[in-house]
Amino acid sequence: MDSKFTGRVYVVRDNIDTDQIIPAQFLNLVPTIDEEYEKLGSYAMYGLPDSLYPVRFIADGAMDTEYSILLAGRNFGCGSSREHAPIALGAAQTQCVVAEGFARIFFRNCVATGEVYPVECLNRLCDIFSTGDIATVDIDQNTITHVASGKVYDLKPLGEVRPVVDAGGIFAYARQTGMIPKAV
Amino acid sequence: MTLTEKILARAAGKARVAAGDNIWVNADVLMTHDVCGPGTIGVFHREFGRQAKVWDPSRVVIIPDHYIFTADSKSNRNVDILREFVREQQIPYFYDVIDDPNGSWKFDPSQGLLNRQYGSQYAGVCHTALPQKGHTRPGEILFGTDSHTCMAGAFNQFATGIGNTDAGFVMGTGKLLIKVPETMRFRLEGKLQPGVMAKDIILHIIGEIGFDGATYRAMQFDGSGVSTLSMDDRMTIANMAIEAGGKNGIFPFDARTAEYVESRTRLNGTKSTYEPVEVDADQTTIGEWVIDLDRLEPVVACHPDPGNRKQAKELGHVKLDRAYIGSCTGGKTSDFVEFARVIRGRRVVIDTFGVPATPEIVHDLRRTRWGGRTVWDILLDAGVQMTENAGCAACLGGPVDTFGRMNTPMKCISATNRNFPGRMGHKESQVFLASPATVAASALAGKIADPREYLSN
Ligand code: SF4
Repeated sequence: MDSKFTGRVYVVRDNIDTDQIIPAQFLNLVPTIDEEYEKLGSYAMYGLPDSLYPVRFIADGAMDTEYSILLAGRNFGCGSSREHAPIALGAAQTQCVVAEGFARIFFRNCVATGEVYPVECLNRLCDIFSTGDIATVDIDQNTITHVASGKVYDLKPLGEVRPVVDAGGIFAYARQTGMIPKAV
Repeated sequence: MTLTEKILARAAGKARVAAGDNIWVNADVLMTHDVCGPGTIGVFHREFGRQAKVWDPSRVVIIPDHYIFTADSKSNRNVDILREFVREQQIPYFYDVIDDPNGSWKFDPSQGLLNRQYGSQYAGVCHTALPQKGHTRPGEILFGTDSHTCMAGAFNQFATGIGNTDAGFVMGTGKLLIKVPETMRFRLEGKLQPGVMAKDIILHIIGEIGFDGATYRAMQFDGSGVSTLSMDDRMTIANMAIEAGGKNGIFPFDARTAEYVESRTRLNGTKSTYEPVEVDADQTTIGEWVIDLDRLEPVVACHPDPGNRKQAKELGHVKLDRAYIGSCTGGKTSDFVEFARVIRGRRVVIDTFGVPATPEIVHDLRRTRWGGRTVWDILLDAGVQMTENAGCAACLGGPVDTFGRMNTPMKCISATNRNFPGRMGHKESQVFLASPATVAASALAGKIADPREYLSN
């Protein structure tokens, strides 16, 4: 994954749980089956109530999102342990989720799968950015820039999970560090 | 060290660990189900090869339970994927929906949703089935591809939910890299009053610390009040550690734990040896909360999150369309008995659905008599729609033909554990979480009600 990217932002609030990221009725899809992986992507964020989120993350009939950066408040990804959640986001071509806070299993699943970067921000960016704004995220410099205003906000370093993310997930990391044999 | 640290240190082969350490631990049991199992198997095959063998077939427990009683063909297929893997890997603990190891599962909607459509091995909701089938043991490490795996912490073990990729890793290696969580200590003192249940304890705690108050942390429940709680009660509490963001919930070991685990491992012929952990006097926690059980009152976690706690008695203005009792956390035998205590001899005024967590619970309710009627019949007499098809059902919505699923926007009071928008079906619907007793009282009133009003007379 590139560590610096620019794209459109989609803004959500606190407590977006895994049912809103990928509703339970789509969990009959198995992420390791290619066409079902793609299908999961087309349902990313489908569970957001229309009354609160009239602009949809995935346009009707589209397979991918126009928003490569998802910006959230506290406790993003709470709820179930379903890996379908980061996978749906990744399959929809989301590159990273920037949130004030993540639920543990979601964060872990992002790292383990390498589907999307989970990055914590220090400010309440969901009050500052609006859906459709253009932003640049720089994982090495730990910043997010609001392109129109030029304002730069700090992100928390990925820290101890960075090596796992950089390796490309838990399997690649375990092979690199000798926990499991290199070739199978 | 705390209970969690002690178990993790042992599993890592270390004398000591401290919060924040990243360690590789050995798993004792890996559990997966029909929703995450096929993906986990996919990861396992992709990473270790098509011919690879799981690290220890007797430690992989596979329990289909989520999307079983639905005509959705992909869901039915997913149970078949599990069966094929079990056959190829010779996994002894697979609680299949059907009895034929070479058959395939197809739900028959023409038989309706109420009558039993499973064979003799089916075990129902994984977290409730694990202890019933003798797979929970003190001091052990349980990983499961489901966030409520933390329920097994009731048995003095470290139990936590993981994703498919991590589970695929455990399947191949028996190990996982984890970070030792900080421990929050909840000291339970005293005894619950009539009409107040274990569910009220945990909803109260989540209300106190917030929906993310335990994120990345272990929740340790100890204190003299624990001895007054049944294993069912402890399961209800540990189950919902995740609703505060917790990595795990854990209880001390006592005679009740021993009795339960010993009878269940004996009954099922599963491994019966175990080594419990005890609290150290010098444990380091990041805070202590004292919960005075005598003073707790029935509470409700209101839409839209489990931390949105209010007193049941103050919510009489909330009109309801539906009531639901079921799930790992609220569909145990004791939950239905407390529900029946309130509802007995009365009639519900809103649609009320009852889904026992496991077939064994169905059997218990059909057998336990109370004044000449079985608990099951008492519920039917009161107008509750009871299904024999034990499982997750509408707790997480599921496919549209799922029993009890909310397919239109409505308000439901539920004995389940999660109420984020859309959890039980329609994304504009609202779910209110409460104890089985409060759900029963509310089903009678058609609005949120305090169960104590129905117990005094
Ligand atoms: S009953 Fe509900 S909470 Fe429990 S495992 Fe099933 S879906 Fe999850």
